[in-house]
This record gives sequence, C-alpha cells and structure tokens, in this order.
Amino acid sequence: MSSVTILESGPLATIQDRGRAGQAALGIPASGACDRTSYALSNRLVGNRLGAGAIEVTVGGLVLHADTDLVIAITGAPCPGVPLNAPAQLKAGSVLRLGPPRTGLRTYVAIRGGIDVPPVLGSRSTDLLSGLGPAPLTAGQTVCVGRSYEPMPGVDLAPVADPLGGEVFVRVTPGPRRDWFTDAGWQSLITQTYQVSSNSNRVGVRLDGTPLDRARTGELASEGMAHGAIQIPPSGTPVIFLADHPVTGGYPVIAYVREADLDTCAQLRPGQSLRLTTG
Amino acid sequence: MRILPSGDRALLVELDDLDQVLAYYTALTTDPPTDVVDIVPAARTIMVTTAGSVDALSRILRSVTPTPGTRSTGDLVEIPVTYDGEDLQDVAELLGCTASELIHRHVTEDWTVAFCGFAPGFGYLTGSSSWDIPRRQSPRTKVPTGAVALAGEFSGVYPRESPGGWQLIGRTDVKIFDQERDPAALFHPGRRVRFVDADRG
Repeated sequence: MSSVTILESGPLATIQDRGRAGQAALGIPASGACDRTSYALSNRLVGNRLGAGAIEVTVGGLVLHADTDLVIAITGAPCPGVPLNAPAQLKAGSVLRLGPPRTGLRTYVAIRGGIDVPPVLGSRSTDLLSGLGPAPLTAGQTVCVGRSYEPMPGVDLAPVADPLGGEVFVRVTPGPRRDWFTDAGWQSLITQTYQVSSNSNRVGVRLDGTPLDRARTGELASEGMAHGAIQIPPSGTPVIFLADHPVTGGYPVIAYVREADLDTCAQLRPGQSLRLTTG
Repeated sequence: MRILPSGDRALLVELDDLDQVLAYYTALTTDPPTDVVDIVPAARTIMVTTAGSVDALSRILRSVTPTPGTRSTGDLVEIPVTYDGEDLQDVAELLGCTASELIHRHVTEDWTVAFCGFAPGFGYLTGSSSWDIPRRQSPRTKVPTGAVALAGEFSGVYPRESPGGWQLIGRTDVKIFDQERDPAALFHPGRRVRFVDADRG
C-alpha cells in the first residue's frame, strides 16, 4: 500500500475532490476543491481519474514524507522548492517541502493513484462549514494512496500561468437581488477597489471597502445560493461564496462572479486588491 | 412567478408563498430537466443550478406546470419526542395555552418538510395550521443534537449540536442526519412528518 506521512500541515491542508454537488436540497453544500482548474490539472498530470482525491494546501507550509515511491504533480499557487505543473518522481524516504507561494493562495498536490480516504456522501472533500468529510490534515498523519489510475498523459510540463499577483479584475453579472441596492450602490460595487480580508476562507472571500447603499431594508427570506454569489451582509461589504458556502443564505445577493473567473477568486490572498467589473 | 438571474449556471425562481414553492418543486423534481445539478427550495424561492446553459434552463422553468395540493402527498415519517424543552413553558405562554395543549397541537399537526438548509439535514417543517413563534431574543451558543424546536411558521429538529435561536420544546433520539446512512438525511423536501409524544406511547 502506498502512502505519505504528513510532517507539517502548514496553516491549512485538506483533502479535496470535485465535491458533493447534487445534494443541496438536503442542506448539503457542494464543497470540493476551491480552484477547480488547478485541482483537475494536478490529477490529469499524474494520470488520475477525474474526481480523484488530492491535497489542497493553503499558503504553502505542507511538508510530506514519501513512504513509498510516488509520482506527484503540484499545481495552483507556485510554491518554491517543488516541481510545478509537471509530473515528478518522489522516491521513498524523500521529503517534499512546500514554501510560501510567490502568488496565489491554494496549491494542489496530486499523487498518482489518488488520496484514498473513505468518501462521505460521495466525496472525499473536507467541508469546513458543515463538518463533513475528513478532518484537515495534521502532522504525524499517514494518508493512503489508492491504486486506481489511467496511463500517464505523456505531458512533461503543462503551460499554465501562475495566479495573478497585484490588482486583480473579476467579471460579475447582476444577481437576483440587484434591486435591493441603489444605482449608486451598484456603481460603487463595480468601480471601487476592494481589499481581500484576512477573514476569508473556503466558505467565502470577504472584501473590505466602502459599504454599499441599500434601496430597501428589511429581511430577505433565506434563499438558495450558488458558487460565486456575492452576498452583501448588513456591514455593506461583499462576501464572494466559494466551495464550502452554505446552500441557502439570508442576505441579498447583488451579483455573481462569472464562471470563468471563479478559480481566480479562489487564489486571492488577504490584502490583495480586487476590482469587480461588468466587462 | 419571476425568474431571477444567479450567475452563469443558476436561476432563482421566485414565487408568492410556500404552497406555490411546494407545488412548483414537486412538478420540477417529478420530471427533472436534463443537465440540472441541484434544485433548492426555500421559503419563497427555488434555486436551480445546471451543467448546461441558463438560457435553455430558463425556457424549461417557464414551461413548468406546478402540481398544486402536494403538501399531503409525500411519504410519512414518525418522530417520537420527549417534550421537556427549556422553552416549552415560555412558548405555551406566548400562545396563551398550557404546555400540554401546546404538545397536543404539535403532535396532531400534519407537518411537511418544506425545504432544508442551515446545516446538513436540517428541515424547515410547516404545518397545516398557522404557527407564528418568535425566535429567542438571544440565540443559544449550543443547541443539542435532536432538539425539537419552533420558530416563525416552522418546526425543526437540530441534526447535530450547533448554535441556534429557535425555541426548544423537546428532544428526540432519532438520528435526523447520519453521514454513514443512506440516505443520510431523514428529512427531504416534500416528506411528511408526524411528531409522537414518547411519554404517552
């Protein structure tokens, strides 16, 4: 049986796959990898099947020991000290140490055969909001690697760009409760420069900025919300829902992030500048 | 009915009241459209997410014929309850009745799971008569697993320990949510629920 042992977990390292979509009517969030493109690429580079479990590392810091000979691929936020966007051999006894990423927030480590923990409700993903799936990885833990894979893809290096540093632009479309805000409120949303808050997590990216003007007050009956919803709580500053977002919410959703820009949101780091645009 | 935008992969159907939501939800889930990933009912809305295009989804949603009177057609689950909740007396006083009258009303009501949310497996149950119970002034930081509660027009059972602002009237040993069980959630939208006074057999 192949395995890795976690020597250090860093700030947060979890097992993720494609999540448990399709059960939202039971109050079960989708969860899954936050940056789905990077996650899928890491698996593809080692010939894993779609949906195999991989490790999502937040701001680096993961140190793992190869208990057996392994083939790995690391994608997403580029951590120094490890091979990126390419399959790599990891000999038994060697140690993989992920430094703090140059840009971006989340790095994906796929191992040929897939991380093998018992699935919960059809997924191996850790859902930090609902407490479903495996607990976050901790130092000293041994994680099994599965045996299910396809032929290697024959790719030496995937040509992908690193997550953006500096000011980032994300495209949005009006959401179901756009009319709960004044036109000035909407203009403020799509023209101001927000800062990513350190309170951000897998549930959502919280933004600091100038509060938005509401056109109507009062309470909204809780309603369904999807990945990329931009909810405006009473503070008036946005929260962009990521993978572990609740299936329903009680604050108005002014806008949604365009699907093509969702993974960009998953790579935003605290303090980074963000502009929401309608372009 | 209004269909509101919700990003590149979802639409929000807004209806007038919960009866309309249940009627529309029943029709939609009886014959789920191709590519639909999730159908999430709530108090006044149904969110539908799709793996396909929202334009195609919008056309389908506009053509749905709601199935009225569906409150009483789901399968029935009985939940034995020990009515010793900390707020039982307070709620009875709010309603101007005795605790035993409140219990009688709770066990004779035909409850239906209108929708789920808040936590995995937490169902919002509505009755056939009208309930209107204020939430507690200050939410509890810890409500135990299995607590049977009332708030607004809803009754519910906490599937696991969590914070909560609902009024607690009793508790049940029935596992409302068990991730090792299939299905994990006992309450799903449309299911009918009857509470039984465990102390009375």
